[in-house]
Amino acid sequence: MNAPTPLVEMRNMSISFGGVKAVDDVSIDLYPGEVVGLLGHNGAGKSTLIKMLSGAYPPDSGEIFINGEKAAIADPHDAKEYNIETIYQTLALADNLDAAANLFLGREIRTPLGFLDDSAMEAATREVMHRLNPNFKKFHAPVKALSGGQRQSVAIARAIHFNAKILIMDEPTAALGVQETAQVAELVQQLKSEGIGIFLISHDLHDVFDLSDRLTVLKNGKLVGTVATQDVTHDDVLGMIILGKMPGDSADAA
Amino acid sequence: MDGLKKILADMEVDTRLLGMIGALLVIWIGFDLFTDGRFITPRNLFNLSVQTASVAVMACGMVLIIVTRHIDLSVGSVLGVVAMVMGVVQSDLLPEILGYEHPATWIVSLLIGIGVGAAIGCLQGVTVGFLGVPAFIVTLGGYLVWRGAAWWVTQGRTVAPLDSTFQLMGGGIDGTIGATWSWVFAAIAILAILGGTAYGRARRKSFDFPVKPLWAEIVTAGILSALVIAYVATMNAYPIPARAALRIAEEQGLPVPEGGLDIAHGVPIPILIVAAVAIAMTILATRTRFGRYVFAMGGNPEAASLAGINVKRMTAAIFVVMGILCAISAAIASARLQSAANDLGTLDELRVIAAAVIGGCSLAGGVGTIYGALLGALVMQSLQSGMALIGIDTSLQSIIIGIVLVLAVWIDHLYRRRHGAH
Repeated sequence: MNAPTPLVEMRNMSISFGGVKAVDDVSIDLYPGEVVGLLGHNGAGKSTLIKMLSGAYPPDSGEIFINGEKAAIADPHDAKEYNIETIYQTLALADNLDAAANLFLGREIRTPLGFLDDSAMEAATREVMHRLNPNFKKFHAPVKALSGGQRQSVAIARAIHFNAKILIMDEPTAALGVQETAQVAELVQQLKSEGIGIFLISHDLHDVFDLSDRLTVLKNGKLVGTVATQDVTHDDVLGMIILGKMPGDSADAA
Repeated sequence: MDGLKKILADMEVDTRLLGMIGALLVIWIGFDLFTDGRFITPRNLFNLSVQTASVAVMACGMVLIIVTRHIDLSVGSVLGVVAMVMGVVQSDLLPEILGYEHPATWIVSLLIGIGVGAAIGCLQGVTVGFLGVPAFIVTLGGYLVWRGAAWWVTQGRTVAPLDSTFQLMGGGIDGTIGATWSWVFAAIAILAILGGTAYGRARRKSFDFPVKPLWAEIVTAGILSALVIAYVATMNAYPIPARAALRIAEEQGLPVPEGGLDIAHGVPIPILIVAAVAIAMTILATRTRFGRYVFAMGGNPEAASLAGINVKRMTAAIFVVMGILCAISAAIASARLQSAANDLGTLDELRVIAAAVIGGCSLAGGVGTIYGALLGALVMQSLQSGMALIGIDTSLQSIIIGIVLVLAVWIDHLYRRRHGAH
C-alpha cells in the first residue's frame, strides 16, 4: 500500500528544553492515506515531536521532508503552507471569538479594501460545519458557549476547510462522549480515503488500534520503534510503551 | 417583561450597554435635581463633553491594551511629556524657523508629538512583547520616567502661549465649528448611520443569513440619529458670550444687529477629534485583522500564537497605538488649558483605566468595546463635574469615585456570571 515517497519524513529530530532532551534523535514517516498512531507515556515526547512538524517549536536538529523535498518549517505559518494542519489537544480556540473567527484565525478572508469579510467567513464556516455537524447552529456565540463536541468540530473544521494534506490529531477524543468519539473515528476513515496522511496521538490504546495502520512508540524522548498495527497485539504495544522493548526482544532491552 | 426582553433580543441590543446608559441617565438626572437644574444645560453639557475628550481618546487605546491582558500605567505621564514637547516645538522652535503664528505650526507640532508618542509606545511595547517584562512593571517605570522627562523638557517651566490654531483643538470659544457646520456634521453622521445599517443588512441578505427584523433596524438607527441631533441641538443652544461674539463679528465683518449677537458655539473641535478616533478605533478593533488578533490574543494567547499570529510584534504595535492616542490627548489637553505644564495629565492613567473597565473591559482579557470605554469616560467625568458643581470637596470626590469604580466592576462581575460569560 505504500507509495514510493513518504508524505512526511522527519529524520533525526532532537529538541531540548532547559537541558532536558524532550525528543532525542527520533525519525518517523507517514504515507498518503495512512494513519500513524503515536504512543507513549505523558512526557514521552509525542506532542513535542509533532509540534516541530506543526511549526510551534523550532527543532534543535533534524530534517523534515515533505513529499521527498526538504521543508523549512520555522513557524505555524510555514507548516500551513505545506498543508499541515493540527488539531491540538487543547483545541487552541480563542474562547471569546465565534466559530468563524476561530476557523479563519490567522488566515482571514478580507474585502478588496483590506477589511475583514465576516459574511464570507461565516458563509464558509456554515458550509464546512454543515458537513461535520449538521445540527450546529450557534454561529454567533463565542466558542466558550459551545459543548465539548461542538468545540471539537470547530477545531476539526479548521483543519478540513484549508485542505489539509497532512493532519495531526493530538488526543482528538479526550474530551468527547461515546457518540462523538465514533463521529471522529468515522471522520478519520473518510479523510484517509481522500488520501490525507494522519498522525494520531492518543492515550487510548483502543482508539489507536482501531484507526491506525502503523504505530510508533516513544519513551523518554527516544524512539522505541514503529510497527504495523496488524502484526502486534495490545500486550506487545504495552510492552513497547512501558518497558521500551520491541515485540520479540528480550525483556532487558530497555 | 418578557415582551420587552423579546424586543431587546430582536434588536440585538447589548443589555450591558443599556445598563450603562441607564446609570448615566440616573447620574445626570440626579445631579440636575441636586443643582436646581444646572447640570442638564447646554453650557454644562458643552463643558462636560470637552472635559471628557482627552480621557475618552486614551480610553479607546486602553481597550486594546486591557483586552490583550496588559495594562498601561504610563498614559498620564506620556501625555505630560508629549504635551511639553509639542509646547516647546510650537512656542520656541518653530517660531524661529517658520515665524510666529505660521499656519503650519499646529500640524507640524502635532505630527512631532504623535511621533514622540509612537516612539515611547514602541519602546514600552517592545520591552513588554520582546523582552518579556510584564506591562505592569514596564509602564510603572514609564509612569516615573516620562513624568520626570516632562519636567526636563523645560526644567519645569510652563510653556505658554501656544499657537492660536493649535489651541482650537482644545474647544475654547473659537474651538467650535458653529451652528451651520454642526448641522452639516449631524447630517453626515446620520447618513453614515443609515448607510451602514443598510449596507450591513444587504450584505447579510446576499449570503442568505438571518437578518434582524426591519423594525428593529429602523428603531436602532433612529435612536442613534436622534442622539446625534439632540447633541448638536444642545451644543447649538449654547451661545458664545456677548463680548466674544462681538469680537468674532468684527473679525469676520458681520453686521451687529440691535440687541446684540446670538452666535452659537456648536460642536467643539475636540469632540470631532473624539468622534474620528472612536470611529477609526472601532474599525480597527472590529473590522481588521489587527483587531481580530488583539481579541484572539486576549482570549487565548497560545491559540493565537499557534495560529501563526506574531504575538510579540502585535504587542509592540498595540502600545504604539496607545502612544499615538496619548499624543492626540496631549494636544487636546494642552490646547484646552492654552499652555503646556509638566504636571499635565497627572492621574489620567487611573481615569483612563477606570473608564475602560467601567465600560466593560475585563482585566482577564478578551472582552471590551470602544463605545463602552467612551461611555465609561463619560460616566467618570459626569460624576466628577457633577460633584464639583454641587460643591463637594475634592477629597470626598475621590472617595466617591473610588467606591463607584469598585461597585461598577462588582455589578459587572455579577452580570457576567449570571449570563454565563466569564
